[in-house]
Amino acid sequence: MHKRFLMAASALALLASTAVTASAATEVLVYTAIEADQLKTYEAALEAAHPDVDVRFVRDSTGIVTAKLLAEKANPRADVVMGLAATSLMLLEKEGMLMPYAPVGLEAVKPTMRDPANPPAWVGMDVWASAICFNIVEAAKRELKAPTSWADLTDPAYKGQITMPNPASSGTGYLMVSAWLQLLGEEKGWAFMDALDKNIASYTHSGSKPCRQAGAGEYVVGLSFEYRANKTKKDGAPIDIVLPSEGLGWDMEATAVMSTTKHPEAAKKVADWAVTPEANKLYAQSYAIVALPGIAEKLEYMPGDVEAMLIKSDFAWAAENRERILAEWTKRYDSKSEPKK
Amino acid sequence: MSTGTTFAAAGAAPAASSARAIRPRLSRDDVTLRLLVLAIVVALVVFVVLPLSALLGKALEDHDGAFVGLANFAAYFGDPALAGNLFNSLWISALSTVICVTLAFVFAYGLTRTCMPGRGVFKAVAQIPILAPSLLPAISLVYLFGNQGLLKGWLMGASIYGPIGIVIGEVFWTFPHALIILTTALAISDARLYEAAEALRASQRRIFFTVTLPGARYGLISAIFVVFTLVITDFGVPKVIGGQFDVLATDIYKQVVGQQNFQMGAVVGVVLLLPAVLAFVGDRIVQRRQAALLSARAVPLIPKPNRAVDLTFFAICSVIALAVLVILAVAVFASLATFWPYNLTPSLKNYDFDNMDGGGWASYGNSLTLAALTAVFGAAIIFTGAYAIEKTPRFGAGRAVGQLLALLPLAVPGLVLGLGYIFFFNDPANPLGFLYGGMAILVICTISHFYSVAHLTATTALKQIDPEFETVSASLKVPVWRTFAVVTVPVCLPAILDIAIYLFVNAMTTVSALVFLYSPDTTLAAIAVLNMDDAGDIAPAAAMATMILLTSAAVRIAYTVLTRGLLGRAQAWRRR
Repeated sequence: MHKRFLMAASALALLASTAVTASAATEVLVYTAIEADQLKTYEAALEAAHPDVDVRFVRDSTGIVTAKLLAEKANPRADVVMGLAATSLMLLEKEGMLMPYAPVGLEAVKPTMRDPANPPAWVGMDVWASAICFNIVEAAKRELKAPTSWADLTDPAYKGQITMPNPASSGTGYLMVSAWLQLLGEEKGWAFMDALDKNIASYTHSGSKPCRQAGAGEYVVGLSFEYRANKTKKDGAPIDIVLPSEGLGWDMEATAVMSTTKHPEAAKKVADWAVTPEANKLYAQSYAIVALPGIAEKLEYMPGDVEAMLIKSDFAWAAENRERILAEWTKRYDSKSEPKK
Repeated sequence: MSTGTTFAAAGAAPAASSARAIRPRLSRDDVTLRLLVLAIVVALVVFVVLPLSALLGKALEDHDGAFVGLANFAAYFGDPALAGNLFNSLWISALSTVICVTLAFVFAYGLTRTCMPGRGVFKAVAQIPILAPSLLPAISLVYLFGNQGLLKGWLMGASIYGPIGIVIGEVFWTFPHALIILTTALAISDARLYEAAEALRASQRRIFFTVTLPGARYGLISAIFVVFTLVITDFGVPKVIGGQFDVLATDIYKQVVGQQNFQMGAVVGVVLLLPAVLAFVGDRIVQRRQAALLSARAVPLIPKPNRAVDLTFFAICSVIALAVLVILAVAVFASLATFWPYNLTPSLKNYDFDNMDGGGWASYGNSLTLAALTAVFGAAIIFTGAYAIEKTPRFGAGRAVGQLLALLPLAVPGLVLGLGYIFFFNDPANPLGFLYGGMAILVICTISHFYSVAHLTATTALKQIDPEFETVSASLKVPVWRTFAVVTVPVCLPAILDIAIYLFVNAMTTVSALVFLYSPDTTLAAIAVLNMDDAGDIAPAAAMATMILLTSAAVRIAYTVLTRGLLGRAQAWRRR
């Protein structure tokens, strides 16, 4: 019965993949949390580099992809996990779901951007870091000053004007929560979030939405991440990007091969592609820090040196405590609109 | 009968027709028809009953599939946040129902009992919301009353995100459903009652409360049940505009998609099923007591012009119609702006779906395929099924079961059906598992979801055909399929096309059941709206919602224009 459930749990996607494509290319099912607007270019480049691999992406938010992979544990569907938070991949590794594999070209990858084990269970692609989108037009109307630090966000002046992603569903949300707890320690960290919660208008499902909403002036402040901030500004939103002075929460997008894959050769090709300079150049269009040295470019609208501002993050801790932190967070803030007594 | 009027048929319980025993032995035709009835019964069991049982079973299991009785329910009701959402759902639905039915009653009264000008236009405008996914009004409300809203001041500081937004969105979306039922109810009345009342010098007010309201009471009750069920099971509006205000429907989604907690999702599904089933049963009981309102001697009431009354209703209906149009127009307008609200230069940038969540333009193509397949197969299967259930001689038990099963989907919320489909069809032990993940399951699920109303439409049309046709055909030794093809189908063509259109529009707009069933190859337009909104791309979400609305509207208009000729020929017999 256990097995049956997990089959059921594996939800939506996958039988379709068996029905389609009679071509000779090996089909590889990739679970990913890469943004939809980036995914197209990655997919095209990957398939051009490996025409014998037919890649199918199942995309969702970090938390959802993670939950889905864990739910499917007994009978995993995915062959490869690409562009998922390293903290999530560490969780999968602990469950024995990943196949250690050293992709061709691994030696060029920055040592900080991969699983230290040899061969590594996962290899990083890029760093994504938190950033604040601050709408200057709406701020001027309300005479709000731009925040410069995380601590500023608890100022009652921002009441009802901040949105942030729900860490249970969004990787961007979780990396912020994990950063605050690491920067301030557990006790002060939760106290900070309690104070912040008083100013939060809504917790969103995705990490992009807060910045989009700030861009559209729906709320003044959106806690989001650098790529979305840069893109939103580029789209014409009147926002300033704020990199809070205490340091930025961050996580790596990383790739791993599932230990249960039925197409290990094809799956490894996907992992190989992920560390190529060509792939890294694509990551660099969106992120300030990528796995290979010397490729990163400064993002057009990024006000500071993202790499220098990253906090010293303990990923092992963030991965190990993920479940506990999310349970606590959910208990404290998830039923925000419930009548408060 | 329009897409909408088919819904009204939901109110009328078709009584089993008394089939006369014609021949003692089963003819070949009898066997054919009985097999057809059985086929429909089996199909409905497989595609509705078994998935629901799988859902109920899942609600009684723990994470590892062991039977735990009601432990999940205890956990659900023990969690104040979750149980609070049940309360939220109930009061939101009750409030939306009261507002919607009141407005629809006034509007229907204006349409049927006054001589106000522009009744045709009002009627047409009020139907439009049925062509849009429920996500559309919610998105429009963000643009109208959100923090950057055009009319934000109207809320006097209250937030649209939450109960206010949900109620307005639901009232907009359910208005046509209530209106159709109430228009039908108010259209039938006996002028003699009014003459008598006036002769007795009853005041207008008294006449309204003693003649008009009681006359329309079954319609009112039906409208209340229908709207309540639609609201409590709707997922689109609260998802978009609910903010942090959770209801049952968003809970199911959160549990299943957000946390992959299928047991708890199943529990919420069962909780959601209860009010829907109660409303359904309640409606059936009340409708059964409805006696013929019109006797053979009744004189149809023809409203007399009354300047004051007509102008009053014209004003009220104008306000309602204007509200409908504004909500629709805002979504279209916002979808065409380059960067709301700072750059309103028109552009088609938001229609570049391929760089957004939700599957891009392929989703739109998939939705068209789904809608077309659902319309064609659904209309064929449902009409044939209704024919077999209606026209098979004797075989009372089989037909009664068929009738009951055909009405069952009316009580099953889409989210609940979709969840049941995951449990049932994704079970490796299920030989039908190969359907899972493809387009076929989406078509099957949509047909099953909307089976009842289409079935009732078909039954109503079939009841209008004299059973003598079959009797005469049988005595002339014409096989039943021939009578069906040469007489029944052409005669019922308007109803069949109505069913097809009803299925098409619903397949374009529905989110609830399919949100659990689509795969990377079968993403759908309405679900893309949801996903784009989730990612914060609200303008593209409005754009996709607009595409759905335009498509549904275009199909309806094309249907009206194209079928005029076709129906003219097939329906020539109606003219003398």
